[in-house]
Amino acid sequence: MDWLFFFESSIAGLATGAIYSLVALGFVIIYKATRVINFAIGEIMMISAYLFLTFAGILEWHPLIALPLAMLGGGLLGSVTEKLIIRPMLGESPISVVMVTIGLSSILVGAAQIIWGPGPRILPDFLPRAPIFIGELYVSSKIAYSALIAIGLLVCYLIYFRFSRGGVALRATASDQAAAFSMGISVPKVFNYAWFFGSMAAALAGVLVAASGGLSPYSGSMALSILVVVIFGGLDSLTGALVGGLLVGWLETMTGAFLGGEYKMLTIFTLLTFVLVLKPYGLFGTKEIERL
Amino acid sequence: MRIGDAVSTYPSDEAIFRTQTQKVWMGIFIATLLTFPFVSSPYTLFLACLVGIAVISATGLNILVGLTGQISLGHGGFMGVGAYTAVWLADNMGMGLALSMPLAGLLTAAVGVVVGLPSLRVKGLYLAIATMAASVILHFIFVHWEPVTGGNAGINLQNANIFGINLNSDLRMYFVVVPLAIIAVLGERNLLRTRIGRAFIAVRDRDISAEVLGVDLLRYKLMSFGLSSFYAGCAGALWAYFFKVVTPESFPLDTSIFYLAAIIVGGMGTVLGPILGAIFMTLVPEILKILTAVVVPILPNAQVLLSPVRVVVFGALIVGFLLYEPHGMAEMWRRTRRYSHLWPFKT
Amino acid sequence: MADDILELKGISLSFGGLKVLSDVSFTVPEGKITAIVGPNGAGKTSLFNAISGFYKPQAGEIFFKGENIGHLHPPKRAKLGLARSFQNIALFRGMTVLDNIKLGAHSHLKTGLLAALFYIGKAQREEMALREEVETKIIDFLEIDHIRNMSVASLAYGLQKRVELARALAIGPQVLLLDEPVAGMNREEKEDMARFILDLNQEWGMTVLMVEHDMGMVMDISDKVVVLNFGQLIAQGTAEDVKNDPEVIKAYLGSGNVSDMRRRLGVEAAGSE
Ligand SMILES: Nc1ncnc2c1ncn2[C@@H]1O[C@H](COP(=O)(O)OP(=O)(O)OP(=O)(O)O)[C@@H](O)[C@H]1O
Ligand SMILES: [Mg+2]
Repeated sequence: MDWLFFFESSIAGLATGAIYSLVALGFVIIYKATRVINFAIGEIMMISAYLFLTFAGILEWHPLIALPLAMLGGGLLGSVTEKLIIRPMLGESPISVVMVTIGLSSILVGAAQIIWGPGPRILPDFLPRAPIFIGELYVSSKIAYSALIAIGLLVCYLIYFRFSRGGVALRATASDQAAAFSMGISVPKVFNYAWFFGSMAAALAGVLVAASGGLSPYSGSMALSILVVVIFGGLDSLTGALVGGLLVGWLETMTGAFLGGEYKMLTIFTLLTFVLVLKPYGLFGTKEIERL
Repeated sequence: MRIGDAVSTYPSDEAIFRTQTQKVWMGIFIATLLTFPFVSSPYTLFLACLVGIAVISATGLNILVGLTGQISLGHGGFMGVGAYTAVWLADNMGMGLALSMPLAGLLTAAVGVVVGLPSLRVKGLYLAIATMAASVILHFIFVHWEPVTGGNAGINLQNANIFGINLNSDLRMYFVVVPLAIIAVLGERNLLRTRIGRAFIAVRDRDISAEVLGVDLLRYKLMSFGLSSFYAGCAGALWAYFFKVVTPESFPLDTSIFYLAAIIVGGMGTVLGPILGAIFMTLVPEILKILTAVVVPILPNAQVLLSPVRVVVFGALIVGFLLYEPHGMAEMWRRTRRYSHLWPFKT
Repeated sequence: MADDILELKGISLSFGGLKVLSDVSFTVPEGKITAIVGPNGAGKTSLFNAISGFYKPQAGEIFFKGENIGHLHPPKRAKLGLARSFQNIALFRGMTVLDNIKLGAHSHLKTGLLAALFYIGKAQREEMALREEVETKIIDFLEIDHIRNMSVASLAYGLQKRVELARALAIGPQVLLLDEPVAGMNREEKEDMARFILDLNQEWGMTVLMVEHDMGMVMDISDKVVVLNFGQLIAQGTAEDVKNDPEVIKAYLGSGNVSDMRRRLGVEAAGSE
């Protein structure tokens, strides 16, 4: 076994995983607050990356302006989505709500093709280029810096949701909507807020993923991995999102490095199947209590 | 007389076609189906076959999702299993469709039961994603089990026969597909008249209460998975006989979503819904093509936009129906009928 | 003493740290009406769930006609004839009244998948016999002919409760478990329901085990009353015995104000509304 390669791949995998964790965090925030599985989160990432491309690549604005704007754009997309198509679905069956987000993702894919063309695009470089060495280990700079930025936002989110009023309202709503409402929390506002922040996390991740992997209207399909992450960690667990993201990112990269790219999906979905059979609500998810 | 309706006995009260008018309409419908292929253009005949196959598959998915309430994203994968199996049986065992299709259906049913096993422990969205895992794994098998599936290149169907008749024209396929579609729909309708259909709906509406009232959840969830996959397998087999080639890309994840969309647009949990949905969703791309042809003189690059617009329209239909007509086209149909009954005077 | 059709021995049930039932033992005499009463949260519904098999008690045994049924799955218990209705109406909203009732008979029907798909003679005959039976025995008896083809979702609350009873009857009960059959009903509906229950008991010889808060009704129709409080059985006996039991009065005192207690215990008999 080539240990150097193993460790290099592992670091790359964990770095990818950090980005997965960020998306998963956004996913879980949305799920916790609104109980909606957002199948369109990959497309929100994709659209945000195109926004960045437009701001930084076409309009040639400074990345430090373009990036926050792209994130804001992603967040607004989430917030508008919540207002226009999720809120009217309140109380409908989970099948319907999931299908609405699937429909949305189809709309976004088509719209991206119409606006930006069907072909693949490359984002302008905005991350430092010099490769990084940890001892003897080489780490691609793009991946390393992406991971650092992702972790940065992750930490901000965790602190923010722990201590801010909004975070408290979010957690209260997640644990008991009726109680939250009676405490004077505006539940619809919390829903919107969750979609905004959840989508914003996804937006940043979208730009970061596109920065190293390129961008096309179909880039959103990478969110399949995110589904594995959140099921693995538990749909309503922030810890689950973090741990699951790192683990799935690592496993996927290692599979790609040692078995070949076509085994990636197989590996993580097989893992998923085992998790579902052994721990139906993921590693950290809460079991739903059923009453008669 | 116990029943206030025109019908007065239990059998006639529970018959599928209860009134004379309904029977007449049914007769007209069958006659239309019989004459259609002789007056239609080759292209519409081709579309009719596609629609027929879609009706079978959508009806199967409706049994699982619409009646039993188990979300599945594996339907496309199941169709793939049926398609590969049928081709393999036809070419390697020399079987005709009359044998290869039901056997393909049975194998698919077995796969469906295995995939349905997690439904005993997980529900709703967790289950949806478990079935998605199944379809990823199936796709991998299609690509990598080369001796049987032909890998990425897929396999061709050489021996497309039924009872020794070569199925080499759309006309012949039509007369295979359409009767099977009718049987498939009638099967579902019959199911709903018996304890099995009731048990499915009970599981969908309130699984725990159903269990306490005597419905074995394990048995009925798996039965639904099996039956639904049987339909999918048969539809996949017909698809293979129709196109005479199967590749791993014949049934991507999008196929599963397409069928979910079809039953939503048509009306989940009804018998009519999946039929309407399958017809509509199969024809939407064609309608768009026609529209594009109309628009091209004004908007020269409409041709280029056709494919992305199709994607947008597909999504918009799903969202639009769920928001504005959650019970789908079947409900629209019911409303129009009620309205037309009252017009111009009450009947 | 009449034969006991159902016997609970030392049932204990807890969720996490919460003890919901502790060492509950009592018997249900055959052909009689037994009522379980107790303040909110006493564990009455949980007890029903344990009998149905939906909750698995950590300790204790349940005997039905002398046989231990503790290991049986819920559907098996239904098939034996432990039929029940639910406190929070649990009708199948996607089905008509008729189909809801027919579902109750599920475990006694035999139609298999193939027969169902083709609706061959056997399946049809079974369905017709079922229809006949449901119509003559249940629908006529409960006077719900006019709603048989309606969707249950569109029914008024009182009627929904009645359909629940109808569905339970279709199970072919040996013991009819009714969880608050008259809760939330107006006076007239309550009287109807009480009459049905009495008729079932007296004309069909049906054994009834019911949870009910309405003390007037409990006192009127039950042969035996079991009182639960905080998961413990604190008294049992005839309505009269229980009413004067100091433990019972204390339990109700703890749960609300005195006049409420008096009203619930039917001390001011007429005022029970
Ligand atoms: N599945 C469960 N998980 C946790 N706690 C439960 C569960 N089921 C019941 N409990 C708890 O057990 C206690 C008894 O509940 P139960 O529903 O049996 O009361 P009850 O006597 O029927 O009350 P009511 O008169 O309000 O219907 C309650 O504190 C309830 O919260
Ligand atoms: Mg209760």
